[in-house]
Parts: sequence; structure tokens; C-alpha cells
Amino acid sequence: MSAALSPDVLTLECAVEADRIAAWMRETLVSRLRKRGVVVAMSGGIDSSACAALAVHALGPKKVFGLLLPERDSSGFSTARGRQLAEHLGIAYETHDIAPALEGLGCYRQRDEAIRRVVPEYGPGWKNKIVIAGGTEGGINFFRLVVEDPQGHRQELRLPVAEYLQIVAATNYKQRVRKTVEYFHADRLNYAVIGTPNRLEYDQGFFVKNGDGSADLKPIAHLYKTQVYAMARHFGLPAEICAAVPTTDTYTLPQGQDEFYFALPYAQMDLALWALNHGRSAAELAEALKITAAQAQRVYDDIENKRRTTHYLHARPELIEPIASVRH
Amino acid sequence: MENIKTQVRKYIEDNFLLGAGTRMPGDDDSFIEHHVLDSTGFLELVAHLEGTYAIKIADQEMVPENLETLNRVAAFVARKRGA
Repeated sequence: MSAALSPDVLTLECAVEADRIAAWMRETLVSRLRKRGVVVAMSGGIDSSACAALAVHALGPKKVFGLLLPERDSSGFSTARGRQLAEHLGIAYETHDIAPALEGLGCYRQRDEAIRRVVPEYGPGWKNKIVIAGGTEGGINFFRLVVEDPQGHRQELRLPVAEYLQIVAATNYKQRVRKTVEYFHADRLNYAVIGTPNRLEYDQGFFVKNGDGSADLKPIAHLYKTQVYAMARHFGLPAEICAAVPTTDTYTLPQGQDEFYFALPYAQMDLALWALNHGRSAAELAEALKITAAQAQRVYDDIENKRRTTHYLHARPELIEPIASVRH
Repeated sequence: MENIKTQVRKYIEDNFLLGAGTRMPGDDDSFIEHHVLDSTGFLELVAHLEGTYAIKIADQEMVPENLETLNRVAAFVARKRGA
């Protein structure tokens, strides 16, 4: 009989784990990547902050280059916290506003055009976000568009598939342009690029292929988000960062990750993912989260469904046959 | 209803299986378990049903009981059209 399921299962020996990650990071840079340091894009959120701190722990501040990459819809807090972190860690950094690049690519225009097909009066001064629905009630996942006019009146409508795909495709420009800038600096400095997904995001495919999913090394992809927060506290990162609520920082209305993608808030999702990974029953999860067994089973089903759906995001390009001379 | 079923089967074969009709599961087999439809696939199917059969599918009707198998889809569309 296993011990009762509780958040204690996620307790991490941060000092030991930080040293393990640091040793791996140094070895990977030297032996496999042959790079001289790392570039980290810092959103001011917990994941990129912990990654930057780990990189400094591994390599020292002189071999870590930070990037702040705001755009028109970014929260002002993101850049302020990113700058605060860079100064706290003592690393060189640069701020690059990617809004003009996104404007040139048509990111905002394509997104707004799709929104206007659903809400014709949508225009300047309006805000938007997408929220997920259906899956946790036992239905099929679908997406709702939430818009707010300049007077603060909200409308919420189900998004037809063509408009949903166009809005997501347009906003994905943001992550892909950021990655382009990261690789410019990585190439310039002969550095590697750090990817910052935590285990929940990596496992569940919560990233943009060739956007934030692209990187040379991902030092916290094995850590549950709860553990990433613990790591940030271990490094004594600024309180504003350690208390930051996870958001996508992609849409103009505030949007929690659990509204857009995950079935539950991150602490509960962490426990659900851990429990599923360790063969714990839905009944045990239900007991730990104080939800019904049926709800817990739906959370498990949703996790498995997202793994299936996002498998291709992790996949290398398919080849008709292996090319033996190319080593992975 | 048989007519609807034939049409929806053709749509699924053409759109999701790219004509590879041999991989079409049985009429009572789950589209999810047989990896025919993912969540975006269901949204595409719903858009197709609404457009083709001039029906409006409510949020609460987007459930496996109505959409998970070919037989369920055909019965659901027939009910909606008869309603």
C-alpha cells in the first residue's frame, strides 16, 4: 500500500538538484553543444527566472546573456520583473521590443481579422483572450473567445474552428519571433539557447513548435512547476518573481494558464500528473484534491488526450528512412 | 439516417484519413481511441455538420455521447434535423 497522496511527494532537495542540473549543463555545453555560454529569454515568470538562476549557478554571470522581449500585448510587469531579475543575477541583458516585427508580419492584423469575423464590432481599445471549455465537464474540448470593449463590457462566444486556428496561428508568431531573436544572439555570441518549459508544459505540449519549444537545452523539463517555485525560492530570487501567477502573457486580457490549457490550477495539475506517472488511481487523486473520482478520472483522461494530441510537437521531422550518418 | 452516415463517413475518410478508407474504424468504434479525431478534429467535424446540415450545435451538445462514433454522429444529426 502506497503512502497517502499529498503535495509532499513534490518536495525537492533544491541544493542537490541545482548542483546536478549545473553539472549537466556544463557537460552538455562542452561535450555535446560546444558552446561558450547560454542565452535565456526572461519573461519575468517563474520558469525562465529559475532557468536563468540555474544557468548562473552553472556557468557564472558572465556566460549568461538575458533577453527581454516584450510586444504590444505584454504586461508591463513582465519587462519590469525581467529587468529586476537580470540585475539581481548580475548578467548582461538587452531589451528588444518585438512589436514592430510582429506588426510587419501581420500578427496583430491576422488575429484581429479572425476576431472580427466572430465579433464584427471588435476594434481599437478592445481586449481579448481565449479560454478552454468542455474537457473537464466530460465533454469535448473547445475554445471560447472572450472580448472586452473599452467600456469594460465583456462578451464570450464559442470560437469556430477556422477562427480559433487563425487566432492561435497569429499569436504563435510571438513565440517564434522571440526564438528568432534568441538565436541571433546565440549565433553572435556562440552561445546555446535555453528552453524554459517545466515538466507540466513539456509533458502536456504547452509550447509552440519552433517557438518557445525550440532550444538547445531544457534544464527544468523534468521539474514539476511546484518544484520550479521551490528552486526559485532556493536561489533567493526577488519576491515578485517567486509570487508570480502563471500567465500566458500572450493575449490582451489577463489569462491564466489553467484557463487556456490546463484542467486545474498548476499545484493541483502537478499532483495529478505525478499521481498518473506513479500509477496512483483516480480515487487516490480524488481524495488528495477533494474532488470526485469521476472528476479525477476526467483529469487523467485530459492529460492522456493532450499527450496524444501534442505528440507531434516533440517529434523531429519525419524521414522515409533513418540516415545513419546523422547522430542525434 | 443511413444517408447521413454515408456522407459523414465519406467526409471523415476524405478529410481526416486523406482517403485511406481502410483505416476507418467500425461504426460503433471511438474516433478518439482509434486516433481518427483529436480536439481540433472534433471542432472541424462540428463546423462541417453545422454547415452541411444547417444545424446549430450547442456547447452542451459537444459531448462524446453525440460525437464519439459514426453511429452516434449520424443519430445526433438526424435528431437535430428532426427537432
